[in-house]
Amino acid sequence: MDLYARRRIANGVVMTLSVAATAFGLLWLVLVLWTLLENGVAAITPALFSQMTPPPGSAGGLLNAIFGSVVITLIATLIGTPTGILAGTFLAEYSRGSRFGEVVRFINDILLSAPSIIVGLFVYEVMVVRMGHFSAWAGAVALAIIVVPVVVRTTEDMLNLVPNALREAASALGAPKWKVIVMVSYRAAIQGMVTGVMLAVARIAGETAPLLFTALNNQFWSTDLNAPMANLPVVIFQFAMSPYADWQTLAWGGALLITITVLFLNIGARMLASWSTFKQ
Amino acid sequence: MNPTQAAARVAMPLAPSDPHVTDPEPTPRQKAVIRNVDFFYDNFQALKNISLPLHDKRVTAFIGPSGCGKSTLLRILNRIYQLYPGQRATGEVLVDGENILSPGLDLNLLRARIGMVFQKPTPFPMSIYDNIAFGIRLYERLPHSELDDRVESALRRAALWDEVKDKLRQSGLSLSGGQQQRLCIARAVAVQPEILLLDEPASALDPLSTQRIEELIAELKADYCIAIVTHNMQQAARSSDYTAFMYIGELIEFDETERIFTHPKEKHTEDYITGRFG
Repeated sequence: MDLYARRRIANGVVMTLSVAATAFGLLWLVLVLWTLLENGVAAITPALFSQMTPPPGSAGGLLNAIFGSVVITLIATLIGTPTGILAGTFLAEYSRGSRFGEVVRFINDILLSAPSIIVGLFVYEVMVVRMGHFSAWAGAVALAIIVVPVVVRTTEDMLNLVPNALREAASALGAPKWKVIVMVSYRAAIQGMVTGVMLAVARIAGETAPLLFTALNNQFWSTDLNAPMANLPVVIFQFAMSPYADWQTLAWGGALLITITVLFLNIGARMLASWSTFKQ
Repeated sequence: MNPTQAAARVAMPLAPSDPHVTDPEPTPRQKAVIRNVDFFYDNFQALKNISLPLHDKRVTAFIGPSGCGKSTLLRILNRIYQLYPGQRATGEVLVDGENILSPGLDLNLLRARIGMVFQKPTPFPMSIYDNIAFGIRLYERLPHSELDDRVESALRRAALWDEVKDKLRQSGLSLSGGQQQRLCIARAVAVQPEILLLDEPASALDPLSTQRIEELIAELKADYCIAIVTHNMQQAARSSDYTAFMYIGELIEFDETERIFTHPKEKHTEDYITGRFG
């Protein structure tokens, strides 16, 4: 067999394997989405957004859980974003090439891939046990700990993409370092940084394990941050495991709701990212 | 003198002197004196014992093959090299008698006095107006109207005003390369520095934009002490009054541009400017 024919066969084999692997991966994704749509669409009713989680056997919705998820996610983002951005700024702008910076970056990468259940257990020990009860605050802190490393990483990466020439140009005008960072580096990197925050929000929107140990759940409407608060992931967990058909339907509805939210957050992040590359 | 000319004279007593008429003052003042300067990137010595003056209201060109240290020398004059750890300069650079290499000096104040334009245009990711106002706002609190005037005059000096006056709120990144570089020159001029450092300001531009930048340099030198690094021999010959030829970290020859390009003292210089090496 000549060389050319052998190459063509090798090429065909590699391509077939690649396509098959892609199809295999996509298959499960499509199946998951399909099952979710099939079972969830029926549960998306006005009642889902207007009524509380019901006891087994009666009609209800997920209003308290939706509210709780929004509140806990919002507080977690408000805590995690400034912390993450400032720490990312430290890594990219202040600690270049320093030993300490290397160590911080390494630890952040570990935190980035830490199992979220460990974060939940940690906050349980530190906050829930000491306060003596589960609370929305504890849930928000647990999620914030998951937000921080994501935002640190994206902020640092985006700031590293800002050309040094831009920093030099601003410094050459006599701008102090903090002004160079805030007025020039941040402006140049803002879309990427916002994208990072949106991805972090998408990540925590579906986190269940940390909330099981912290915010727990609440069957009723509650706005008290010092008390357990209902939230979608834990409600889904509880309802999906139950033997009651109406609870299971609500769990499907909640799962579809989270998926759609995450989908839109990801689309938003992508649009922001492509808009920034288009602009520059 | 006819009556119209006479009226014009009276009406514009403060009009800037024609920049193409050289020598507004016969012997130019030495604005800066570089004395025995060495420069190190970590352990690598990039400049060896450099000494030369920079004259006020004159253009000094630095020429030499890549890696000879001419950009490095320019970056010493506003100490921009100090953004990076591991880079250090020794010796003295006296600006109006004050050694700017002394350790206690406020670098931000120094850089406000010594403007710099880089090889690649570096517009900030903000509007054209804010690009200019950024530097002014750093050290001056001006009322709106006055700030507008300063921005306009800086853009006029950089010969950019007519092209951007209707889109001052648009992003500086929306301009063409040549316009961006003139924006950067306007930005440097707007803070009214004493010395202007130009690091190959036209090397990334097309011939037409290059010509505009050179015309600009000729106009700006009426007011500033200008140091320019260039790879382009013709550009050095055309636009400078003094030329320094550098080679592997050493200053080979420094003299009036005319003499460097007609009767260089060093064989090395002659070989370089006639294109026999480099």
